[in-house]
Amino acid sequence: MFFHWLEKNPFFFASGISIVIAFAGLIEIVPNFAKAARPVVDLKPRTVLELAGKNVYIKDNCMSCHSQLIRPFKSETDRYGDYSLSGEYAFDRPFLWGSKRTGPDLHRVGNYRTTDWHENHMLNPAEIVPGSIMPAYKHQFTNLADIETAYAEAVTVKNAFHTPYGPEFKGTRAAWEAHKPKVLADAKAIADDMKNKDVKEAVARGEVPEIVALIAYLNSLK
Amino acid sequence: MQSNAALEYDYSLAKKFTFLTILFGFLGMLIGTIIAAQMAFPELNYLLGEYGTFSRLRPLHTNTVVFGFTVSAIFATWFYIGQRVLKVSMAESKFLMVVGNIQFWLYFVGALLATISLLLGISSGKEYAQYEWWADLVVVVIWVLWGLGIMGLIGIRREKALYISIWYFLACFLGIAMLYLFNNMSIPTYFATEGLGAITHSVSMYSGTNDALVQWWYGHNAVAFGFTVPIVGMIYYFLPKESGQAIYSYKLSLLSFWGLMFVYLWAGSHHLLWSTVPDWMQTMGSAFSVVLILPSWGSAINMLLTMKGEWNQLTDNPLIKFMVLASTFYMLSTIEGPIQAIKSVNAIAHFTDWIPGHVHDGVLGWVTFMIMASLFHMAPRMFKREIYSRKLMETQFWLQTTAVVLYFTSMWIAGITQGMMWRAVDEYGNLMYSFIDTVNVLHPYYTIRALAGVMYLIGFIMFAYNMYKTMTSAKEITEEPQFRTPMA
Repeated sequence: MFFHWLEKNPFFFASGISIVIAFAGLIEIVPNFAKAARPVVDLKPRTVLELAGKNVYIKDNCMSCHSQLIRPFKSETDRYGDYSLSGEYAFDRPFLWGSKRTGPDLHRVGNYRTTDWHENHMLNPAEIVPGSIMPAYKHQFTNLADIETAYAEAVTVKNAFHTPYGPEFKGTRAAWEAHKPKVLADAKAIADDMKNKDVKEAVARGEVPEIVALIAYLNSLK
Repeated sequence: MQSNAALEYDYSLAKKFTFLTILFGFLGMLIGTIIAAQMAFPELNYLLGEYGTFSRLRPLHTNTVVFGFTVSAIFATWFYIGQRVLKVSMAESKFLMVVGNIQFWLYFVGALLATISLLLGISSGKEYAQYEWWADLVVVVIWVLWGLGIMGLIGIRREKALYISIWYFLACFLGIAMLYLFNNMSIPTYFATEGLGAITHSVSMYSGTNDALVQWWYGHNAVAFGFTVPIVGMIYYFLPKESGQAIYSYKLSLLSFWGLMFVYLWAGSHHLLWSTVPDWMQTMGSAFSVVLILPSWGSAINMLLTMKGEWNQLTDNPLIKFMVLASTFYMLSTIEGPIQAIKSVNAIAHFTDWIPGHVHDGVLGWVTFMIMASLFHMAPRMFKREIYSRKLMETQFWLQTTAVVLYFTSMWIAGITQGMMWRAVDEYGNLMYSFIDTVNVLHPYYTIRALAGVMYLIGFIMFAYNMYKTMTSAKEITEEPQFRTPMA
């Protein structure tokens, strides 16, 4: 019998398993790859400050509790806005759809929340939304965002995946130093709308607290 | 020439991984209980500053349970079962012993470092695959070492045919290798530039919808090849051993093994129903999830029928009780999953607490129960002592069973409530509830779940204590028990 033979020949047995399990992956994943990566018209890659904010979002695991995927149901589009399209995520590495909503969806949060709202909310969620079980993220006001890493990320995706960043994005230290003032100017624009004095002072000194980057990112979700 | 003398198996690695299983099991469940309590009582978030928030602890919980507890148990049982069904002692090969020991230490140190990195917030962001590129490399090395161990032992075996458990361990090895490699493909940004930014950071090779596809192809099947396949391998060895009964049907085991191998991978896309992946793929995921009932129930029924005519053992032997309960929860979990994968049900269930509910009746009821039963069975044979206390084992059984039931019932109710409230509209078609209304209403269920967590954790501490006493002070035995595990 075939299976008895297989059980005595571990090499063929292991090969058999590999082929049988690889099958579904090939059929389901491969054909769609090129198509799903196509960006929607006018999609712009995130700025370095927004990328740094996305990394704060990942660092504090916001996706444990918030989705970024609006499903095509009336109840969802009423609550969060237009349903999500594949092409909107073309530059998101990694994707941040989440798998559990302990809090609301954030895919278009930039449309209906402001810098001011986020600032207060991160300091004390329950004060802004009574009954909220979200922890406060006070440390984001003192920790500094890693904008240099975000820049390195932008350069990497530009070179490896042709993400449309401008010609000034080069992997050299000089290019980064040249780009840094632009990031700080973006940070200052956010900080100008904030109340927290320490954050404003830090930005004036040329530092970017995590909260500033995070808010830049959240505002860009539209 | 094969000698007729009984082989002296070398259990040193099985023992070491047993210790780790207990250690990581305790840590994983402790953190799980803490985060469950945080959802009911958010004040508990601030005990350790930024390192104590739900969001930092949650990946720590999942990773400790998956890569700490379960993987340790897979290794522990492999180093026990492998030798016995292949009829060859690890001690016969110096090479395999060295490889195994390197695997153990690398794994131990790697697990600690990875845990610390997650606490610091160094994360690649993908669920159950949060380790950054450098930790991924360590994982790959550990896995290759284990593969060497498996192939090596198979290479020098005395028993020609591979027993069913070996099929499953082989599949676990191959499946995880494939899934982990592809999902974690990333480019370290430090090396792609002139050394700019953090050396730990990397960026995924896939973007958006593609990334989601690869991630859930991995995420669902990490469950398949980490939580299902090796645990089925365990029950195929330990239930017949413990009960003294032969497997009910060889044909059924063939059918369910190859069925599971073929069908499982397709089901990954059921995590992406109503998302932006193409419709045909969603339908495929949905349909194959339902088909998956057949091979899953095939093995579970094979196990239950193995006990045919011997059901009295259920009252005599608490270990049989653990294994039969595990099998039953496996059936519950593998019928619940397909139900959630039906598109209309998924529209309500997705993003709600029903999903963690489903995960936990599987992991607490099936995986952990089977692992504890396996270690209980192994202990007297590895340490040459009786199980310390049967009474403690019985108490633990009932405590943990109650905990699992409380866990999943509360999460079913919470999840369905949430799903229904999110979509509820009044007579004019306006949404009836704001999001926070749906959070507030869940408080009692979160409290029940936290209580269930505490109960389960206490049960696990009983297990750890029982194992500790078994290793150190239980009655010694001179001869290896034929089947039933001796216990005081």
